[in-house]
Amino acid sequence: MTSVAVTATSQSKGGAHPGRLGNTLFGGSAWTFGILVLILLAAVMIALVIGALPAFREFGISFIWTEVWNPGKDIYGALAPLYGTLVTAFIAMIIGVPFSLGIAIFLTELCPNYLKRPISTAVELLAAVPSIIYGMWGLFVLVPLMQKYIEPAIIATFGNAPLIGALFAGPPYGIGLLTAGIILSAMVLPYMVSIMRDVFETVPPQLRESAYGLGATTWEVVRSVVLPYSRVGVVGAFMLALGRALGETMAVTFVVGNSYHIMKSILAPGTTISASLASEFAEADGLQLGALLANGFLLFVLTFSVIGFARLMLLRLQKQYG
Amino acid sequence: MMEIQAAAPLFASQQIVRKRLRINKIVTTLSVFATAAGLFLLAWILGYLLFKGFATLSPGIFVHDTSSPGSGGGLRNAIIGSLMITGIGIVLATPIGILAGTFLIEYGRGSKLAEVIRFVNDMLVSAPSIIVGLFVYELVVAPMHHFSGWAGGIALGIIALPIIVRTTQDMLLLVPDALREAAYALGAPKWRVIVVVSYRAAFQGMLTGVLLAVARISGETAPLLFTALSNSSFTADMSSPMASLPVIIYNYAASPYADWQNLAWAGALLITFSVLILNVVARSFAPRSRN
Repeated sequence: MTSVAVTATSQSKGGAHPGRLGNTLFGGSAWTFGILVLILLAAVMIALVIGALPAFREFGISFIWTEVWNPGKDIYGALAPLYGTLVTAFIAMIIGVPFSLGIAIFLTELCPNYLKRPISTAVELLAAVPSIIYGMWGLFVLVPLMQKYIEPAIIATFGNAPLIGALFAGPPYGIGLLTAGIILSAMVLPYMVSIMRDVFETVPPQLRESAYGLGATTWEVVRSVVLPYSRVGVVGAFMLALGRALGETMAVTFVVGNSYHIMKSILAPGTTISASLASEFAEADGLQLGALLANGFLLFVLTFSVIGFARLMLLRLQKQYG
Repeated sequence: MMEIQAAAPLFASQQIVRKRLRINKIVTTLSVFATAAGLFLLAWILGYLLFKGFATLSPGIFVHDTSSPGSGGGLRNAIIGSLMITGIGIVLATPIGILAGTFLIEYGRGSKLAEVIRFVNDMLVSAPSIIVGLFVYELVVAPMHHFSGWAGGIALGIIALPIIVRTTQDMLLLVPDALREAAYALGAPKWRVIVVVSYRAAFQGMLTGVLLAVARISGETAPLLFTALSNSSFTADMSSPMASLPVIIYNYAASPYADWQNLAWAGALLITFSVLILNVVARSFAPRSRN
């Protein structure tokens, strides 16, 4: 008994603990790589700021709201790609939100147990399909469909409507902002569904069951119990999907049309920041490269503020309900 | 008089019930319809891919390199390039990601620093991959003055890193503290407890994370456009521009040549089904307790 105590103290005093070197090395590298994650974000930010400087120095802050993109005269402005980025993401959300809500409600409230796993897996596979596949499918399947059937129908129905008519006017190009928005909605759908399903499942079963016990219908339970309880998480899911829609590249590049003119109609071709980067970056140099990098910086600011907000929402939910 | 009074409210409440049930019927129908539409979309995309891809898929694709339209080229250089670039990415990201995840759970649990890192890492998980491409362009390609396979590998590694950090952290969190305490009580130093006890207990989950990261980066196109670029001939030299399947698919699908478009579909089929199979395999390793 005493001898054990003596060896223990002599060990801690002598400092020759057998694991000390390993501890220092292992703990040190774990700490370093942990910090590296922080440095990575800072480095991305710094690199993009440095890349954006030449364009902002040349055109000033008005670069952001100038609608010119003329490599011949070497004059550039970010408005057209910025506009396209926001419009396509907005269309994606308008279509994607109701569909994802529907699927999440089905999965958590209506789905028989034996279907839950297969359908969840299918949704996750939809999320795993690489974005370039969505782009190809859009170009070869959706664009002809849009051009032949959907867009003519839209133009015939809304083209002459007061106020909103201009949004749906013009010839059916097939490619354009609307087509890009539709593809994006399909891409962000599975992300929204899988987060929303997780968020809905944080609702304690007692709350849900008491509402059903009072005679509430499925929709009433969702509207008055599930949604209010998981509000923060649902907003987080939407914002996360919005961040993805804003930055998505390959699915959009194929179908957006790469036009730097802002048209009133959402059926007209346009461009997004990521699509302009994908199609021009590798061949650009000089000021054009600077302008593209400045666009990239704007995209970074846009997506990271949206994603940051989304993560804060989800974090709040997590803290609230563990 | 009494009877009429009793009957009237009953009638009204019946109407309300009927209305509630009707609304419920509409909403649930819409929700079933949304699910059916989602499943239909997946079937449509995969079905079309199978239909177009299988028409061109032949052993020749794995033997011949890409070449000019009409000369019967294959995809060999792109497939090997993709494997190499993805390999570099995952080899870079795995040790860094696992150690960073280890720091978050085994060392920094509950600390402010770990909380900030976790938040930043979650942001990086959902960051657009094209931003990563721009970053690596500025970091590697611009100083070296040429595109290279290395730059592509680094870009993919940066995309894989936060995914691996995230899953490592989630999996280590599932390891019961009693296991760690038992190892400490035997006198094991902290690093041995982590390696021998925590890692072993969380191994399957961590493997899932790495496989999911491989699946994610092997389909990435956007970051490779500014880093690895592409190459029409075969090369195993990582310091030169390198072909990869996604970039070749992108170039070929947008080209006007029918045989290039067909090759793009064959490549798309290869990549999608590798990614989906990887996903299914990865999920089969994942512990059940995870959603």
